Amino acid sequence: MLSTDSNASLLTSGLAARSRARRRTIDGAWAFLGYIILTVVGIALALPLVWLVSTSLKTGAQTFIMPPKWIPEPFIWENYPEAFRAVPFDKYFWNTAQIVVFATLGTLFTASMAAFAFARLRFPYREQIFLLVLSTIMLPSIVTLIPTFIVFRWLKWINTLLPLIVPLWMGGGAFNVFLFRQFFMTIPYELDEAARIDGASNYRIYWTIILPLSKPVVATIAVFSFIHHWNDFFQPLIYLQNPQKWTMAIGLLGFKDLYSTSWNLMMAASTAMLLPLLVIFFFAQRYFVGGIQMSGLAGR
Amino acid sequence: MTSQPVVASPQPKRRRGLLRSEARDAYIFILPWVLGFLAFTAGPMLASLYISFTRWEIVTPSKWVGFEQYARLFADDRFWLSLYNTSYYVFVGVPLHLLMALLAALAINLNLRGIRFYRTLFYVPSLTPVVANSILWVWIFHPQWGLANSFLEWMGLEGLYWLQDPRLAKPALIIMSFWSIGGQMVILLAGLKGIPSVLYEAADIDGATTWQRFWRITLPLLTPALFFNFIIAIIGAFQVFTQAYIMTDGGPNYSTLFYLLYLYRAAFENFRMGYASAMAWVLFVIILIFTLIQFRLSDRWVFYEGDLRE
Repeated sequence: MLSTDSNASLLTSGLAARSRARRRTIDGAWAFLGYIILTVVGIALALPLVWLVSTSLKTGAQTFIMPPKWIPEPFIWENYPEAFRAVPFDKYFWNTAQIVVFATLGTLFTASMAAFAFARLRFPYREQIFLLVLSTIMLPSIVTLIPTFIVFRWLKWINTLLPLIVPLWMGGGAFNVFLFRQFFMTIPYELDEAARIDGASNYRIYWTIILPLSKPVVATIAVFSFIHHWNDFFQPLIYLQNPQKWTMAIGLLGFKDLYSTSWNLMMAASTAMLLPLLVIFFFAQRYFVGGIQMSGLAGR
Repeated sequence: MTSQPVVASPQPKRRRGLLRSEARDAYIFILPWVLGFLAFTAGPMLASLYISFTRWEIVTPSKWVGFEQYARLFADDRFWLSLYNTSYYVFVGVPLHLLMALLAALAINLNLRGIRFYRTLFYVPSLTPVVANSILWVWIFHPQWGLANSFLEWMGLEGLYWLQDPRLAKPALIIMSFWSIGGQMVILLAGLKGIPSVLYEAADIDGATTWQRFWRITLPLLTPALFFNFIIAIIGAFQVFTQAYIMTDGGPNYSTLFYLLYLYRAAFENFRMGYASAMAWVLFVIILIFTLIQFRLSDRWVFYEGDLRE
């Protein structure tokens, strides 16, 4: 199935490339305009990024120079370890890592389970229930916030990581269910039938046939879940008031309150928080593209 | 005679049994989602509706007050101000943001040389964690040493008090949001790549200009992706919070007191759970009405490929 799918996409992209090549030769002026837009937008988007990294490597005094110097002299790499010594980022990192790993596992597991039922099994009210799943994508989370907080408080889960993990083990987010279902529906149903004739149960079909064939979508959702929980600010702000339990995001804010004029250290800490995401992005780029193409389908 | 039903019946019976066991398995597969839906969506929604009709400061027992919280809300100037600030951010920011993302996606889709570099460059800023993003932009908007003002001065213009000026704070946050167009850009780009190339080839044969191709093929076929992005972006922008919380603390002079920030303060700083729940429901109804209007209007401008068949 994977091969036919990628063949099809190769085919269409080949066709697209051919027609695009033709268009390019026709419209040199449009290409020129394209380059102008790309360059202007590119510079506008790159400058803040360069500014971030550049400031993170300056001395304190160098940050207060007008007009600003783009290249620090000398490079103060020491800003990074210093920022990390200032507040216990190792602790924040550990808390964040736990949330990211367990929330992602829960998402992958329970969202794919629900999607398996919606994509591969017949049961009464399937379409209606799936419509309910889809409708929760558009539900603003604010309307459930307060009672959820109260329940977690009643359970004495405030200042534990549980409120940030447990909900993800219960469905893993409607949009992820949707993405999994979209992918599962592309797998030939004959595989299930054959397995059933051989006496495989639905659980076995899910675990040994469908999931192993779905590595691309699993990777995509894992990457997006990682980014989401790594960056999340609002939920940790509400549930983690004890500094011992802070995540990187909250810790960075605490750092800002402590070192409000040490812009070089603040930029170093911010860069350090962005860095793992960049690494993941460069190694998992094709899964980003895959996921985005699938979520693009949501517009259909 | 007697053997005939014996031969005929096992099959349907077995099939029915199989279907029944399939349904049973299916319910087990969706059980975590159903529990989550009840515990974290349906239950809390009803509970927050109930709480909005009470006065409740968490430590004291709750007291039923009917519509009192809503009456107070509508008489609260600060509530209206937060709704205005949020609407400004939504209705000025989201369309501009989407337009920029569309332009970027169209430029990337030209497939010029070195396009991978540009695509990566356009996308990477949207990966920045919102806290890091907010801290960076406080520094960029720094009135004395910031990048924004040094750029203005380089252009020969006067520097501005971006985040310290009540008139400029909201536009500043909107400008900052343009830095993360990458997320929407790639979704639109996927939409552009999904447009069947045969349509363009047919247009070429008919001698269509690039301009015509854009208005007659690209844009109509992109409307589903634009519509989806628009809805999701609006819902997200109505709940803008972190930038204002970190960068301006709702100021100056309440000019960035957004709805969710005001709600957060009511609930988690003043522990007025009834009031905050009423706020949550009002916002929910606003978003719901807005989304329904969008879906109604979408018939007029969103074009689905399936429509071709009719």
